[in-house]
Amino acid sequence: MPLLEVHNYTKRFHVHHLEREILAFEGLEFWLNPGEFMLVRGPNGVGKSTLLRCLYRTCIPTGGQALYDSLHGPGDLARAADVDIALLRRSEIGHVTQFLHPRPRVSALDLAAEPLALAGRMWEDARSEAAEWLEAFRLKRDIWHAYPATFSGGEQQKVNLVRALIRPQRLLLLDEPTASLDVTTRAALIERLRELKARGVALIGVFHHDSDVVGLVDRELRLA
Amino acid sequence: MTSLAFDLPRLLTTAPLLRARRLTKHYGAIPAVAGVDLDVYPGEVLGIVGESGSGKSTILRLLNLEEAPDTGDYTLTIDGYRGRNLFTLDRYDRRALRVRHIGIVYQNPLHGLRMHITSSGNVAERLIMAGERRFATLRNAARDALDASEFPLARMDDIPRRLSGGMQQRVQLAKAIALQPMVLLLDEPTTGLDVSVQALVLDTLKRIQRELHVATIIVSHDLGVIRTLADRVLVMRHGRVVEHGLTDQVLDDPQDAYTQQLVAAKL
Ligand SMILES: Nc1ncnc2c1ncn2[C@@H]1O[C@H](COP(=O)(O)OP(=O)(O)OP(=O)(O)O)[C@@H](O)[C@H]1O
Ligand SMILES: Nc1ncnc2c1ncn2[C@@H]1O[C@H](COP(=O)(O)OP(=O)(O)OP(=O)(O)O)[C@@H](O)[C@H]1O
Ligand SMILES: [Mg+2]
Ligand SMILES: [Mg+2]
Repeated sequence: MPLLEVHNYTKRFHVHHLEREILAFEGLEFWLNPGEFMLVRGPNGVGKSTLLRCLYRTCIPTGGQALYDSLHGPGDLARAADVDIALLRRSEIGHVTQFLHPRPRVSALDLAAEPLALAGRMWEDARSEAAEWLEAFRLKRDIWHAYPATFSGGEQQKVNLVRALIRPQRLLLLDEPTASLDVTTRAALIERLRELKARGVALIGVFHHDSDVVGLVDRELRLA
Repeated sequence: MTSLAFDLPRLLTTAPLLRARRLTKHYGAIPAVAGVDLDVYPGEVLGIVGESGSGKSTILRLLNLEEAPDTGDYTLTIDGYRGRNLFTLDRYDRRALRVRHIGIVYQNPLHGLRMHITSSGNVAERLIMAGERRFATLRNAARDALDASEFPLARMDDIPRRLSGGMQQRVQLAKAIALQPMVLLLDEPTTGLDVSVQALVLDTLKRIQRELHVATIIVSHDLGVIRTLADRVLVMRHGRVVEHGLTDQVLDDPQDAYTQQLVAAKL
């Protein structure tokens, strides 16, 4: 069984006050093995972000199945209980978005280290690993202990990336992670993704500049 | 209910710490709570949102065993209480359970604190109820709890009436966590505080939650507070749960018409 097997995946948003259905995508079929990278392409508004959110279950798909072979047992991401999805998010499935939700009074370093701490690591340990990542993404040292609410878009995105990438992962969903990054950081990120892939992590990604990931892509899914 | 089509938990092997089924409570003809089910897992935060008068505070009062429901089952996976419907406990057992294992913070500090005894006295009272009599232990334990709630210790001998709203909420919180409860119930803990104080209280709550690994239920009108603290959320209307789900899902892809309205009003 592949790591992820998606059948007839469909999402419509039902907007009650307009009494309208908005179709995001319909009847998607694909699968993914460990260590494979699938690039999702298509014009604006075609449903790329929504597909990733329907796999992470920030959105509820309206039809189809996403059979995922977790270390805790097989399950359908479309139907699994909320607490099972929460467990998978803690331990196996990551989602990188374009925006950080900064929290009042939590420093960049602590935000970056938090996912490891929540996964059971000692805080000191988690902080020193987070520091290595922030270093790799070249976040200025002077702001590690500041609150990210005032950071620039690119600086926030670096913290966001570390939060998503720091945890052990088996499936990583990437929604335009390079969008607000400068060239050097972009290269550092792609290098990390290459390492994760080599270690067997499966990746599904939407990239603004497809050229960033040419060497990594095993398969493409084109939405229209 | 809109989002109940999900499977039962299969991957997670731990049992919920708190489980309530068919909670129902009328006041006269008013159905304040009309058949609510909820589970909270160890270390998890469950948020409750919904319109005014939808029964949120009533649920917390029932779970705090302050009031008896019309019907309902309530169990906690705690040694000595496993498998018993807690609504059937006698007065003595009920009080023991509340003191030892359940902490609560009310929106209005008048409900949670005695305004004419010192802050440390308010916290120590909890410990006395649990049987502690040694003065030195009481004072140290009260100090530790106040410190953990980030209460300014220089003010621990002030009476709550002389403290700011944020400080009063910290005394309530210290009282709630003094005995390291298994269950923490928070009813609008940051409402009425100005934004910067709210941020401090939120941050304290988040840290305490992480360290004590309790089952927490938080009621709030503030969706920002819910997004920050809650893992999952219930949306209430007219005493019923109209929608429930992972917090980001309920806020980003709300299914029910009422929830869509609630979320849209916020943005
Ligand atoms: N919460 C929502 N409620 C209603 N409609 C939504 C919601 N989220 C997304 N949509 C709609 O679903 C469709 C797909 O949006 P999505 O964000 O997935 O597109 P995308 O392919 O990621 O676009 P882009 O390239 O611009 O990022 C759009 O028509 C969008 O308006
Ligand atoms: N002691 C009481 N006697 C009579 N009616 C009551 C009592 N307590 C609550 N109610 C009624 O029960 C219903 C639910 O009240 P509750 O306080 O639980 O609402 P809530 O969801 O907490 O509202 P809010 O968001 O305004 O705090 C309301 O209609 C309220 O008037
Ligand atoms: Mg998008
Ligand atoms: Mg209330």
